[in-house]
Amino acid sequence: MLQIENLTKIYRGGKVAVDQLNLEIQQGEFIAFIGTSGSGKTTALRMINRMVEPTSGKMMLNGKDITKMNAVTLRRSIGYVIQQIGLMPHMTIRDNITLVPHLLKWSKEKKDETARRLIELVNLPPSYLDFYPSQLSGGQQQRIGVLRALAANQDIILMDEPFGALDPITRDTLQDLIKDIQLRLNKTIIFVTHDMDEAIKLADRIAIMHEGKLIQFDTPDNILANPANDFVKEFIGSHRLIQQKPNVKTVDEVMIKPISITIEKSIDEAIRLMVEKRVDTLFVTDGDNRLQGYLDVEGFTGARRTMKSISEVYEKDVFYVKTGSKLQDSVRRILKRNLKNIPVVDEEHRLVGLVTRANIVDIVYDTIWGDEEPAAATKEEAAGIAVIEELIAQ
Amino acid sequence: MIAFFIENSSEILLKTWEHFYISMIALLLGVLCAVPLGIILSKTKWLSKIVLNITSVLQTVPSLALLALMIPFFGVGKVPAVIALCIYSLLPILNNTFIGMRSVNENTKGAGIAMGMTNLQSIILVELPLAIPVIMSGIRLSAVYVISWATLASYIGAGGLGDFIFNGLNLYQTELILGGAIIVTLLALLADFILGKLEKFVTPKGLRLEGGRTS
Repeated sequence: MLQIENLTKIYRGGKVAVDQLNLEIQQGEFIAFIGTSGSGKTTALRMINRMVEPTSGKMMLNGKDITKMNAVTLRRSIGYVIQQIGLMPHMTIRDNITLVPHLLKWSKEKKDETARRLIELVNLPPSYLDFYPSQLSGGQQQRIGVLRALAANQDIILMDEPFGALDPITRDTLQDLIKDIQLRLNKTIIFVTHDMDEAIKLADRIAIMHEGKLIQFDTPDNILANPANDFVKEFIGSHRLIQQKPNVKTVDEVMIKPISITIEKSIDEAIRLMVEKRVDTLFVTDGDNRLQGYLDVEGFTGARRTMKSISEVYEKDVFYVKTGSKLQDSVRRILKRNLKNIPVVDEEHRLVGLVTRANIVDIVYDTIWGDEEPAAATKEEAAGIAVIEELIAQ
Repeated sequence: MIAFFIENSSEILLKTWEHFYISMIALLLGVLCAVPLGIILSKTKWLSKIVLNITSVLQTVPSLALLALMIPFFGVGKVPAVIALCIYSLLPILNNTFIGMRSVNENTKGAGIAMGMTNLQSIILVELPLAIPVIMSGIRLSAVYVISWATLASYIGAGGLGDFIFNGLNLYQTELILGGAIIVTLLALLADFILGKLEKFVTPKGLRLEGGRTS
């Protein structure tokens, strides 16, 4: 859907920001441009919506030459999310979301309907539509920033380090959200980042840029398996190359059977089950074994006297991974969110397994020392040990 | 003093009204010239330097001299007074419009353009609403200036409350001077108060909430 040929940007003064960039992006792909600062990734992105005019080269969007289109019309057809969020402080959330539809002169009913439909997409209540940006937290504001880029059914969305200014947990949540939206709505997203973890997690293909040139453009797996050169290797970092080994595995291979309890049982039954199985966490499921939440022994001992059933005390906010996802993703989540373990669910949200910290430590051990003679610690081993130490420390 | 207000009540009302409308017409013309000019200047750097310098120089001309200068061109009466006062009201409004437009956050402006706003849409939908509080404080400042300087307009035959003060000076009647001055001051305070309310009213709600996070 987007072909970029020999795209070059030379700034006044002769600095070559982007040098002969060639890319072809398919509909529905999630592409990450990654590189150090000054690598030309942001310039390349901003040329696509002509916020920066290219010096030479050709860009074709759905068969139309971008450089020959009217810049204003073009920008209304391309979503854009920036790191600084850039919501209009004097407009309500509703008006912010429907800014592009407003420019396109949609009717009021259609705009209202769009705003209501979209805000649910990012798990915010419709009452927020009448709020102003200053009443929202940074993470909530960026959710609105993302919606603004979707509101006029733009099928290609550019994102310039959209989560760079957010704290790690908010960033992680928004990454999941954006990936989910992208898959659900089949959007094409081009994403600029300098965070390799973010790129690996989100992108279908990663474009690694250095000094204006495209060094490697491939899937995360292929880049991790076959880095094009030493620069890419260094950029990825040795700790990721080692993580990649166990990560060829999926969570299904290492998960254990979780201890679960159905939601209508009493607290006494839950405690008996915990004692019997010697666990401190029970996963709460409904009749169809669908994951509803979890019970933590610390969380409800106090409530035991006053509450009778599990439905009153269980924790609904539960982080999970889908079956078939890479082990690396769950390692990252466990580390980032400081979790003890993470449940695995299938497509219908049924609880099928559990990955714990202990599991992961085993796997990392196996991969590094499993079939090797104990020898002097190599660089790779050192990285592996660091992962284990991090796991144990928390 | 009280006797002065009672004896001259009808004349006081008339002069106050005169004073008020000379000032307001001058201010209105000032706003109509200065706000659009300020917007244009905020878009053209080289021009802004020249124009802002010229208006600063105009501002330094003593007000009485400026009024006197009007006589050869426009004669005496209300018209030259309004023109002179209008020139005086320009600088604070122009300056504040310029500063207000320039201080709109670059990211906010950039986001608007990236969403596909034309330059005109960016001015109307983004920059002007965000610059409104600064522009309004310039207008308030000008209003107070213009009302107090309109006193001098009486000197070139424009009427207004200045008549009382000048008569008082000529006839050596303190109550005329005081009475005129008090009403001018009250008028200036009133104008400032009303424009203050207007400023609150036209400031977009989202800006008034700034900093007050509720969630």
